[in-house]
Amino acid sequence: MTLVNEIDYGTPASKSEKMVTLTIDGVEVTVPEGTSIMRAAMELGTQIPKLCATDSIEAFGSCRLCLVEIEGRPGTPASCTTPAMNGLVVHTQTSRLKQLRRGVMELYISDHPLDCLTCAANGDCELQDMAGAVGLRDVRYGYDGANHVFAKAKDGAANDAWMPKDESNPYFTYDPSKCIVCNRCVRACEEVQGTFALTIAGRGFESRVAAGMSENFLDSECVSCGACVQACPTATLSEKSLIDIGQPEHSVVTTCAYCGVGCSFKAEMRGEEVVRMVPYKDGKANRGHSCVKGRFAWGYTTHKERILKPMVRDKITDPWRETTWEEAIDRVVSEFKRIQFQYGRDAVGGITSSRCTNEETFLVQKLIRAGFGVNNVDTCARVCHSPTGYGLRTAFGTSAGTQDFDSVEDSDVMLVIGANPTDAHPVFASRMKKRLRAGAKLIVVDPRRIDLVRSVHIEAAHHLPLLPGTNVAVLTAMAHVIVTEGLVNEKFVRERCEMDDFQEWAAFVAEERHSPEAVAKFTGVDPAELRAAARLYATGGNAAIYYGLGVTEHSQGSTTVMAIANLAMVTGNLGRRGVGVNPLRGQNNVQGSCDMGSFPHEFSGYRHVSDDGVRATFEAMWGTKLNPEPGLRIPNMLDAAVEGTFRGLYIQGEDILQSDPDTTHVSAGLAAMECVVVQDLFLNETANYAHVFLPGSTFLEKDGTFTNAERRIQLVRRVMTPRNGYADWEITQLLAHGFGLDWNYTHPSQVMDEIAALTPTFKNVSFKKIEEMGSVQWPCNDANPEGSPIMHATTFARGKGKFMLTEYVPTDERTGPRFPLLLTTGRILSQYNVGAQTRRTENVMWHDEDRLEIHPHDAEQRGIKEGDWVRIQSRAGETALRALITDRVAPGVVYTTFHHPLTQANVITTDFSDWATNCPEYKVTAVQVGLSNGPTQYQEDYDAFARASRRIAAAEAAE
Amino acid sequence: MQQHEKLVMMANQIAKAFAAQGEARAVPQIAKHIQDFWDPRMRRGILEHLANGGAGLDPLALAALRQLHPAPQAGAHQA
Repeated sequence: MTLVNEIDYGTPASKSEKMVTLTIDGVEVTVPEGTSIMRAAMELGTQIPKLCATDSIEAFGSCRLCLVEIEGRPGTPASCTTPAMNGLVVHTQTSRLKQLRRGVMELYISDHPLDCLTCAANGDCELQDMAGAVGLRDVRYGYDGANHVFAKAKDGAANDAWMPKDESNPYFTYDPSKCIVCNRCVRACEEVQGTFALTIAGRGFESRVAAGMSENFLDSECVSCGACVQACPTATLSEKSLIDIGQPEHSVVTTCAYCGVGCSFKAEMRGEEVVRMVPYKDGKANRGHSCVKGRFAWGYTTHKERILKPMVRDKITDPWRETTWEEAIDRVVSEFKRIQFQYGRDAVGGITSSRCTNEETFLVQKLIRAGFGVNNVDTCARVCHSPTGYGLRTAFGTSAGTQDFDSVEDSDVMLVIGANPTDAHPVFASRMKKRLRAGAKLIVVDPRRIDLVRSVHIEAAHHLPLLPGTNVAVLTAMAHVIVTEGLVNEKFVRERCEMDDFQEWAAFVAEERHSPEAVAKFTGVDPAELRAAARLYATGGNAAIYYGLGVTEHSQGSTTVMAIANLAMVTGNLGRRGVGVNPLRGQNNVQGSCDMGSFPHEFSGYRHVSDDGVRATFEAMWGTKLNPEPGLRIPNMLDAAVEGTFRGLYIQGEDILQSDPDTTHVSAGLAAMECVVVQDLFLNETANYAHVFLPGSTFLEKDGTFTNAERRIQLVRRVMTPRNGYADWEITQLLAHGFGLDWNYTHPSQVMDEIAALTPTFKNVSFKKIEEMGSVQWPCNDANPEGSPIMHATTFARGKGKFMLTEYVPTDERTGPRFPLLLTTGRILSQYNVGAQTRRTENVMWHDEDRLEIHPHDAEQRGIKEGDWVRIQSRAGETALRALITDRVAPGVVYTTFHHPLTQANVITTDFSDWATNCPEYKVTAVQVGLSNGPTQYQEDYDAFARASRRIAAAEAAE
Repeated sequence: MQQHEKLVMMANQIAKAFAAQGEARAVPQIAKHIQDFWDPRMRRGILEHLANGGAGLDPLALAALRQLHPAPQAGAHQA
């Protein structure tokens, strides 16, 4: 194996369709107009020496190394900033150019340390390469003069120009003594990431890269995305892991296992040790960018708390006992069979993992349906985007977003509802921000002033800070404005939608009770702003809707998704680039786990289990009869457990105790079960209630595929042996054998072949196809052999688009004298979901506890000061955490994250849920907040219980 | 919350979501939704509650539940 080397063309590609032809070093080349001479030369394979240019950022023209001569033009222009034109005759190597370049290099090297042998960049340093390329043999200026290299002059006097290394960031170092001030890091921070944390401080020889107001990196606004490190041509910005280990010897392209953006990375390896993860330029989701999680936070894979041996125990109060795979599997099989014999077949079920691969998910639901003989299978999408599935299927006919991420480059208006992309989907947020800086308009509908509302060079045209729980009212009011002000795209509606439904819907939304003025009293949204936002969405050009869990996790989640679909249809914003309805999915493979048939009522490809024809195809392939009745969803499983009709649960890679609402109800359900099997990397919170623990594997240890938020199926490739012994799909196969299923998969590609054979939208998908194309977006079948970047281009999947009436029904969760505030929940950039992975990395340096955000007015009324411990109570329970006083939340609204188990944020959330899908109403809980002395008794008891539950008995002495 | 109370709450939520379409269209859709998404024991549970008078049920939910097919008994399905 070798390193995957990517070509650096020096400047970004031009999108022009007009071509120009020029001659470079006697060879003709034809390139799109707007291409730089540097890039045109590289198209021919000619690398013009360069230092300040790289193709992820715009040309800058500062290093003066890429000079060329053009016949008929005076001087020696920089090839990075000079566009290719018809008929140009360019020379990249002349005696004049040689001399100039060597002179430039001499100056660079005269202020650069010569410790190449012990330098972390040795073998991967562009400065070293360029010195070689220009034939530098001598530095006439010596090293004694003014420099940034040495802390002290030869006479021992301090060198004021020298700066010490900044090692504050846990993942990379900044060594100013090696900096050549090429500006690549500053421009990457600006253009690629959009944070503008870096700048050049000082002028002339004093110029140095500075983070924030010349602070250290950790204290600055830096979000540790790694774009600067990647752009740096020297060792100035270096990964600490690279410094520690050395240069990688091979690399493998794989897919990040964090959020639903699905970034492609090169895992750069030395043997089976990861040296670093570097974003892959050809990754179509991330286009060479990354965030702090995927780029750096992979240390959990080798964390000391990872469990590597199977464990069993008879009671949850016993300590764990390590055992063999055989005994652990036998225990699961015999217990599940006993439970089914004793309590009935329907008394068991399982949960597939949205963090595992498509193939693993498919096998878990196959085991449950074919092995257990029940449809009691669900996945974490239940608690996040199940309303997306239901709502978009009703409106359009498919349960997924309509666009690819590239589509955002053609958007003129973005409507962001209930999503916080800069924290939860940071790499896509950077792409949004790039487009916004280029002039696209932004509307944000969110109770909280998220970063996108106003940040560096970004300002939302309209922010509608609605009261949590009133999404449907606000969106229906937007539809009211569009219909009553004559902004309907009549052509689109007439050609593409069901007219009867539309007419009924138009009359419905036009009713005065849906006007912005009428709804303002309970939504809290300024009617004038709402009207302006609706007009902008309808008339501002290509308008795209991006939404997240702030839409779905409500008692009217499914209705809100339908209201979103209505808005897109009535304005004709579907079926082409720049528009569409885009759910931002939470976990890396939550789209995939839904596609794979993880829901209790449907098989892969969203086909109901009661459909005799569909069921027959599965029965034929699997050689067994299948149950035609829908099974239990996660909340229903817990209800049934408390009731006594559900006793055994197999959970792969999901921590329902921490992530699901109303913790006391979840723990009561788990405690009522007789066999809980947890397959995970760590003893998570749910494992406190487990009887069998099967150690899982990480994304670095297995092959398979993940499907991201844009329906893009990408390969996950194994780069190391599973430390626990098996990939997760192999463990499920061992279990299947115990249940009498004759599975003989030797590679996940065989599972994908089975998925393709059973699922019309995946018909042409195979590992070979994905390998050839890099990635493919379903539907991929005979009608769309290369996949479908944009859906519903000419007709909807269901034929005609369906407008649904979206009556606002206030949630039963209301504020009152006892619980006067509304709590809503969300995430932060550095942490992921329940934090099981990220809490076991240095990312805790950015967020080591969950805080309660509260408005200064509400805080003052309660005598709460910044950092005080506060108790937060709802009708479901109470917990305590420390306060963060901020006007990002409106008066009457409080907010927290849920990344740390001690917080117990879900003790507060209630069991209210979406009417259609039972997706929990995490985003609205009526609470009271008051000062407290510290954690509640419950938190302390739980912490003690969790510690006791995680005990592992010492291995028995050998006989 | 008792199991039947939760089922009543869920049925009423579904009923309210379809109510805007008027009774004639809403009722069969409410029934179909419950048929499609509720496991047999949940359907048996709500039908038992209906048989016991159906206290707390929204009129639309009540009408829909009367159209619901009887759910198979536990263990009736043999794989």
